[in-house]
Amino acid sequence: MTLIRKPLSRRSILRSGAAGGLVLATPTIFTSRAWSAGYLNEPTGDTVTFGFNVPQTGAYADEGADELRAYQLAVKHLNGEGDGGMLSTFSSKALGGNGINGKKVAFVTGDTQTKSDAARASAKRMIEKDGAVMITGGSSSGVAIAVQSLCQEAGVIFMAGLTHSNDTTGKDKRANGFRHFFNTEMTGAALAPVLKNVMGADRRAYHLTADYTWGWSQEESIKKYTEQLGWETVAAVRTPLGAGDFSQYITPVLNSGADVLVLNHYGKDMVNSLTQAVQFGLRDKMVNGKQFEIVVPLYSELMAQGAGENVKGILGSSNWDWKLSDAGTQAFTKSFGQEYGFPPSQAAHTCYVQTLLYADACQRAGTFMPSEVGKALEGFEFDGLGNGPTLYRAADHQCFKDVLVVKGKENPSSQYDLLEVVEVTPRAQVEYPAELLGGELGSYNNGV
Amino acid sequence: MSATPTPTRDLLMFVVFAAAVLTMPMWLAPIGAGYPDLLQKFAIYGLFATGFNLLFGLTGYLSFGHAAFLGVGSYTAVWTFKLLGMNPIPAAIMAIAASGIFAVAIGFVSLRRSGIYFSILTLAFAQMSYNLAYSVLTPITNGETGLRVLRSDPRLFDAAGQGDGPLVSTLFGIEMSGYPGFYFCAVLLIIGFFIAQRIFRSPFGTMLRAVKSNQNRMNYTGLNPRPYTLAAFVISGMYAGLAGALLCITDPLAGAERMQWTASGEVVLMTILGGMGTLLGPILGAGLIKYFENIFSAFNEQTLHRIFGFLPDFLETPVVAITSLFVGEGWQLTLGVLFMLIVIFLPGGIMEGFSRIGRMFRRSSGAKGSHQTAPAE
Repeated sequence: MTLIRKPLSRRSILRSGAAGGLVLATPTIFTSRAWSAGYLNEPTGDTVTFGFNVPQTGAYADEGADELRAYQLAVKHLNGEGDGGMLSTFSSKALGGNGINGKKVAFVTGDTQTKSDAARASAKRMIEKDGAVMITGGSSSGVAIAVQSLCQEAGVIFMAGLTHSNDTTGKDKRANGFRHFFNTEMTGAALAPVLKNVMGADRRAYHLTADYTWGWSQEESIKKYTEQLGWETVAAVRTPLGAGDFSQYITPVLNSGADVLVLNHYGKDMVNSLTQAVQFGLRDKMVNGKQFEIVVPLYSELMAQGAGENVKGILGSSNWDWKLSDAGTQAFTKSFGQEYGFPPSQAAHTCYVQTLLYADACQRAGTFMPSEVGKALEGFEFDGLGNGPTLYRAADHQCFKDVLVVKGKENPSSQYDLLEVVEVTPRAQVEYPAELLGGELGSYNNGV
Repeated sequence: MSATPTPTRDLLMFVVFAAAVLTMPMWLAPIGAGYPDLLQKFAIYGLFATGFNLLFGLTGYLSFGHAAFLGVGSYTAVWTFKLLGMNPIPAAIMAIAASGIFAVAIGFVSLRRSGIYFSILTLAFAQMSYNLAYSVLTPITNGETGLRVLRSDPRLFDAAGQGDGPLVSTLFGIEMSGYPGFYFCAVLLIIGFFIAQRIFRSPFGTMLRAVKSNQNRMNYTGLNPRPYTLAAFVISGMYAGLAGALLCITDPLAGAERMQWTASGEVVLMTILGGMGTLLGPILGAGLIKYFENIFSAFNEQTLHRIFGFLPDFLETPVVAITSLFVGEGWQLTLGVLFMLIVIFLPGGIMEGFSRIGRMFRRSSGAKGSHQTAPAE
């Protein structure tokens, strides 16, 4: 900058330098709150704080709101308020409804805005300011993976909420992260046999895929399993997230010679793309002498509500459904319904269960130290939480349980009764070796 | 602030500013903002807004695409981490260089127009970069998932040194997260503020103000304003690039949403809220917006019940019900109301508010004293 003519005098540099140095030196005492603690944010009072990090604004806000309801209900049950929900059906009886390790559960909430940046900022606030010892939440695999690696670096446990990408417990898995929700690999394994029964082994599929980690993962898994059946993949087109108008992507499907459209979309994207595909008359077409079909591999009640009439008869998979008949599901649906006046979604269920599982592991470990809690969760076999006998696999921190194949109901009895369970795929059929998805857990980080 | 700037005043202001920034962990703690992540954000976005103000405040060119430079800075920084190593200094330098080059290219085209056309051009460029980062450039940006440093990256200079430890940026052994990260950002903010102050007082700054007040007149006197505006645009872009790099230095993840038009709009809000064309204003504005985003959005009904617990029950419930609309997910609503109030009643932003209060004091104390004005020299 030759244009700046006024040079600095030696004195002013010295003066400001000295002042700056002085101030820099002072606050180093504030750099750490607790050197003596055995792990980060060790609760010292009579409460323990959880961080609920969900999308409250943005494309997945509906899911986020339902997740938050479930978390609040879980905290009530852990503290002994309400009817106890699934605590009474849970196979582990460590929790007594009087908090965890003698401490009442408190919580803080945050808005992820469905953005990795905002989610990490919010999670950091919970860890650094509010002293949260566990972060949970999600509703987008991108966000979940970003927050999971943050929790690993900071040294707290992350209990993933709704995240379906293989990468969360695959290529991007972390020791401090745990997931109850299923993944696209399991969706593929469960859905493919049903697709074969309904549509036959000789089909030509066209994929529309949301262009991010979950979409890629979903597309890969569905391709893999349908091609094993003998299907042919005509094309797989990536669409930007939140596109709104999918007509430019749907028109080419008509002339591609494909007779099945696979929509690897979620949330509002799925509502829009499915509605438009139906409006374009795809489902009334006959291609290659066969009825044209649409498949939505990951279904949710909230999406079915959004798409209305158009979901009728469309196949997909689901982690859980409130209409299941086991005791755990009924207890949860009843207490959620009493509290909020409508049945819970699968997002609410997985978040509720994750909170309970974490609390139970802390109680059994007798501490909140991440490495100990993690060991209590690893290889943990349980039942009574709505999915039948379930295993938290030690090798990748992924839960293994039955997967539901669902279909849009032809004659729904109410606005919450939109999906029917076609088949409950047993756990053995969706299990895969942990090495299949790559990645490395690393070791636990206690944050000190 | 409205008083004539003299070198002594400037120095005093700089020293007070530096002291205030470095002691932030202490004086922000009572309002719940004294934790490292938010402090880092204050410093980083303060720097971003300062740079933006060099362009907008001085030349009057309203860029609606500044977030693009933030994004370019972020991606460059993460790639530097991936290829060279986790030291923040090369990352910052590379980010400044890359965003500077990017700014030359965009500025060269956009600055051919002024006023609303310039704004729209920059907006278009930024939106283009955002969409590129999401689609065509996915191999470089990793799309929606965001670019991260992985253990398998080459990291020429320190790949051997790091074993199982967390992948965060380290400056000669000091991890750039938490308070050390904040001090790193704070020092850069102070340096950035110092440079901005110099530019404000320099003949170059006067030229930029001349561009703002009347470009035609400048042309008639035979001066070509384009080199000046381009220089301001590039400097401002470099500030944004550095801010983007700092975001990644404190937290090694770069996502495309940083380039979205809402992020560009945010920096405009920060500058206007604080007071455009003032040195401190944009930094205050940035702090205010980040405070709202992080603290107000975290209030839930429980917190409100605790705050209004002193009220009798029949009052407490409606009060909580009404205020809950404005906190939590409604934080943007509060911000919107505040923004409207400030633009209507204090068009010069928070800084105008301060100077009005300052003037009130001077008038009331001056009324008692003599009516004598300072003698002319």
